[in-house]
Amino acid sequence: MTGALTSTVRRFLDSDIWYKFRRDPIVIVATIIGLILILSSAFAPLFAPHSPFDLKTLNLSDAFTPPAWIEAGKAQFLLGTDDQGRDVLSTIMYGSRASLVVGFAAVLLSMVVGITLGLISGYFGGALDAFIMRVADVQLSFPAILIALLISGVARVVIPNSQHDQVAIYVLIFAIAASGWVQYARTVRGSTLVERNKEYVQAARVIGRRPLAIMFAHVLPNVLGPVMVLATLHIGTAIITEATLSYLGVGMPATQPTLGTMIRIGGDFLLSGEWWILWFPGLALVVLVLSINIIGDWLRDALNPKLR
Amino acid sequence: MIKKSSNVLLEVIDIAKEFDVSKPWLNRVIERQERQILKAVDGVSFTINRGETLSLVGESGCGKSTVARLVCGLYKPSRGSIIFDSVNMADAGADEVQQLRKRFQMIFQDPYASLNPRWRVGKIIAEPLRVHKIATSNADVKQRVDKLLTQVGLSPLDAEKFPHEFSGGQRQRISIARALSSNPEFLVCDEPTSALDVSVQAQILNLMKDLQREFGLTYLFISHNLAVVSHISTRVGVMYLGRLVEVADTKRIFANPQHPYTQMLQSAIPDLKMTGKQRTPVAGEVPNPLTPPTGCAFHPRCPHAFERCKTERPNLIDYEDGGQVACHAVEEKRINIRVAA
Repeated sequence: MTGALTSTVRRFLDSDIWYKFRRDPIVIVATIIGLILILSSAFAPLFAPHSPFDLKTLNLSDAFTPPAWIEAGKAQFLLGTDDQGRDVLSTIMYGSRASLVVGFAAVLLSMVVGITLGLISGYFGGALDAFIMRVADVQLSFPAILIALLISGVARVVIPNSQHDQVAIYVLIFAIAASGWVQYARTVRGSTLVERNKEYVQAARVIGRRPLAIMFAHVLPNVLGPVMVLATLHIGTAIITEATLSYLGVGMPATQPTLGTMIRIGGDFLLSGEWWILWFPGLALVVLVLSINIIGDWLRDALNPKLR
Repeated sequence: MIKKSSNVLLEVIDIAKEFDVSKPWLNRVIERQERQILKAVDGVSFTINRGETLSLVGESGCGKSTVARLVCGLYKPSRGSIIFDSVNMADAGADEVQQLRKRFQMIFQDPYASLNPRWRVGKIIAEPLRVHKIATSNADVKQRVDKLLTQVGLSPLDAEKFPHEFSGGQRQRISIARALSSNPEFLVCDEPTSALDVSVQAQILNLMKDLQREFGLTYLFISHNLAVVSHISTRVGVMYLGRLVEVADTKRIFANPQHPYTQMLQSAIPDLKMTGKQRTPVAGEVPNPLTPPTGCAFHPRCPHAFERCKTERPNLIDYEDGGQVACHAVEEKRINIRVAA
């Protein structure tokens, strides 16, 4: 087992991807910034100077403190505080945690659904394929944000008020995932149509493997390349969608701030001079999504055999 | 050789495969076109005895690969039956088919496409072992894979590598190892050497012959290369436009071909001794299989064609030396039979 592992590591270090990665400073910077943001939010309780959820440490008299480098600022609140006296820096750390969880989970869910449907569609073909693809076409004619809005809107009515806060994150994940699976299904279907006719798939059929085993053991590893690129880019979109929904007030509840909720709160005070409440979460969102997108873009080029 | 029924491993009776190549329904209605049916294989029958190699030869598009795929169960025949070791494949239940699959395997044409590029060689070769539960423990599987790799002339260390680390000939060896791993009796080889260098072709063919001797394998060998066919086969079947036109022992078919098409193919083999001699060139082209000629499909290209050939389709008739020919001219003895040299 260790032999296989070291050979995998060696293959990675010898690979084109690693070589190209080392020669592209923009991607290296994007990766480092992305990692810093992800790690600082993942370990927010360790790094954050304050806990925005601990009501005991909040003091309303600290509200609207400007960033530390401005005259009225306090050193303990580096990026200032919001209307409830929460430290903006800490809230960003905790908030991007929720954003990242929602983003990754939504992408994972839509990947699983999209890949499965795409494989079935491409491998079996026929009426099943036509049905799945027409559903996908119909869904594609609506903007993703509209579908997510619809789902979380319906969930709000269906789910009793007292449970809103607990299930909000799952509803959000489901809503974003439901609006994103189509891309995966289409990409996977297209690649599956190509792979299905290759001789290694026919060899597996002669050996006597069942269709599901062929789809997941043989075809899936060979169609995963474009899917990984799509997924990386989709994480950025999913985070933006989450922020948009939270901004519109149908996303996460106010007690569990995300970058979107922070931007919404900040929006109320932008014109009264407390710009930092909006600016810093907004900046964090832009930098996070930008670095993920740069990595995704680079991955697409690096994995594209035609550009090699 | 007297044929015993128990000696027959595979019997193919009048199989046909039609592909629907018509345009979508809406286009057909608007353009007022009929459904288009491509008869890739149209009534082919043959038997293969245990331990022998039957080769199917023919030009591109004559349906020889389709026959291979039908025999392996990759396509469902439109008509006819395939009887493997006196079990009719069409009547067999799913479990029985799974049992039979263990006993026949296939080697594919393109060694670059027939191995999953994301799988290690060891896993590729072990797949039939695991699917048919021949070996279940990891140690047992590894031992068998190592043995198979050695048998086909590779090293057990190669099991850790990926297919792209091998050359075409080595990959074909891996394909053969995979095909052999479930201890099959019958191998369908669909042009296994046509993608390889001539020098490597010989190595692979010799390996296949050695393995046949060692394990008593039976081969159905598909090829368009007559030199390869003469090297490996016991009997040869010549196909033309989805039908068998002649079946005979290898020696006889090369020394004394009966059917005009076989004669044409034979005289097209480049040969040093033939230098300067007059040859019968293969005239004309293969007709469009969508609109095959009436009667004998070969009549537009045949120097011996007459009225009957244009209307009546010739059937395979037994010939005195155990061969079979489908030709009116041969039947009526209008072709001068060349005596074996």
